[in-house]
Amino acid sequence: MAIATAEIVDLATTSLRELNQRLHGADGGRWQIVNPNGAHAVACGLDGPHEVEILGHVGYYCAGMNQRATVRVRGNVGTGVAENIMSGTVIVEGNASQSAGATGRGGLLVVHGDAAARCGISMKGVDIVVRGSIGHMSAFMAQRGCLVVCGDAGDALGDSIYEAHVYVRGEVGGFGADCVEKELRDHHLVELRSLLERAGCSDLDPLEFRRYGSARQLYNFRIDNAGAY
Amino acid sequence: MCGIVGLFCKSPELEPRLGEYLSAMLVQMNDRGPDSAGVAVYRNPAPPGLTKLTLYSADEEYDWSPLEPEEVRAKHAVVLAEDEARLRNERPELRVMSAGRVIEIYKEVGLPRAFAEEFRLSDFAGSHGLGHTRMATESRVTTAGSHPFSTGRDLCLVHNGSLSNHNRLRRELEREGMEFQTENDTEVAAAYLTWRLREGASLEHALEGCLEDLDGFYTFLVGTADGFAVLRDPIACKPAVLAETDDWVAMASEWRAIAVLPGASDAEMWEPEPSVVYAWEKALV
Repeated sequence: MAIATAEIVDLATTSLRELNQRLHGADGGRWQIVNPNGAHAVACGLDGPHEVEILGHVGYYCAGMNQRATVRVRGNVGTGVAENIMSGTVIVEGNASQSAGATGRGGLLVVHGDAAARCGISMKGVDIVVRGSIGHMSAFMAQRGCLVVCGDAGDALGDSIYEAHVYVRGEVGGFGADCVEKELRDHHLVELRSLLERAGCSDLDPLEFRRYGSARQLYNFRIDNAGAY
Repeated sequence: MCGIVGLFCKSPELEPRLGEYLSAMLVQMNDRGPDSAGVAVYRNPAPPGLTKLTLYSADEEYDWSPLEPEEVRAKHAVVLAEDEARLRNERPELRVMSAGRVIEIYKEVGLPRAFAEEFRLSDFAGSHGLGHTRMATESRVTTAGSHPFSTGRDLCLVHNGSLSNHNRLRRELEREGMEFQTENDTEVAAAYLTWRLREGASLEHALEGCLEDLDGFYTFLVGTADGFAVLRDPIACKPAVLAETDDWVAMASEWRAIAVLPGASDAEMWEPEPSVVYAWEKALV
């Protein structure tokens, strides 16, 4: 079987705009991006079966709005990796800064290291698997999708959460308003096992995780709380 | 927005090139703060009995020669003074940007890239330095409103964020005898630190006091004679990246500012936690 060779783009000699325009103009293909040196918006807005590999650390909003493409970062990422991801897969081999996977609607984000504050904030269907730990205020107003954390979660987890599923293997620093531990049922274990496998974490036993979600006490206005507004 | 950079040389071999690296870091943060730029560098200790002052004159043609300056860069000059109070009295037209044994502060409006060139940042050798690029939100774009702000002898502060209770706090600090040159929020934070330190607090305690007394968003980088300290507010909206190798410790708003340093790709790298004071000092590393 012939393996297509990757097109190599050097960000030390190619402008970011040129790179993204070339990616947008291509109908997929294999791409390797070198010397990102913390640049923002690398491989943003892809819509195709691209396979993109980035060698080094990138800045903000890497692989934002991704559709169908697979983007792998062999380094760390800045704020808002895979922000508003629609589909496809984004894999970060290092750590992610704050707001990883924010508002994502579909697809899969995998962070092999840690993710900082506000991971999965307002997620609306994306699945996020973090091999390490996540920072404070993660899954804030998370609506749909799964956030799987193989390490610990920081303070104020799941504040004002809707129907996203949160699975944490380690300690939770504290809960935000209306976030509680919930029963880990069989269909949750199936869901969790599948996500761990897709993220390359099948060495972990789903039974080691605990599930958290909405107590659904904020869904409706309660007259008892009127004084709080 | 705003951009912050800081570099601390653990290895003495790095010190001759401090300015070159600090300049490269600052230029990377050009887009985060195109209104003004500034640096504080720690170098060339003043001989005992003398105070090192960085002075600023609004007059481009100002005749510095009677003061026998060690250094003149753009509208700034470094002077070694026996009697700081007398010099301040005799030269009211000059603004004191910094005072201490080792600190020098340079700041000016305009693009950071142009600032780095105009002030010949690459020349500086020193033990550590920090810098700031400003996108103004709270007050006017002026030299005095640029960062770093002096917070006492050999101390300075740079800030990314905005404070919401600075007007009330400014009035309270004025009652404590603090003086202000601008309407700027960061100047209030600087004065707050100066006041707490004057009242006997350690730098760590003074910074922890910010968590109680300052309302707003902030990532602070504080320069001291021996090193620097970092603090983020409890929400930690404003970015901060720290990286360390055997040769240096660096702090910046974004990784791309650290990426210019030698060995950056192999550095240990992390984001400071909210509400935690991080400090590096020469004696400790």
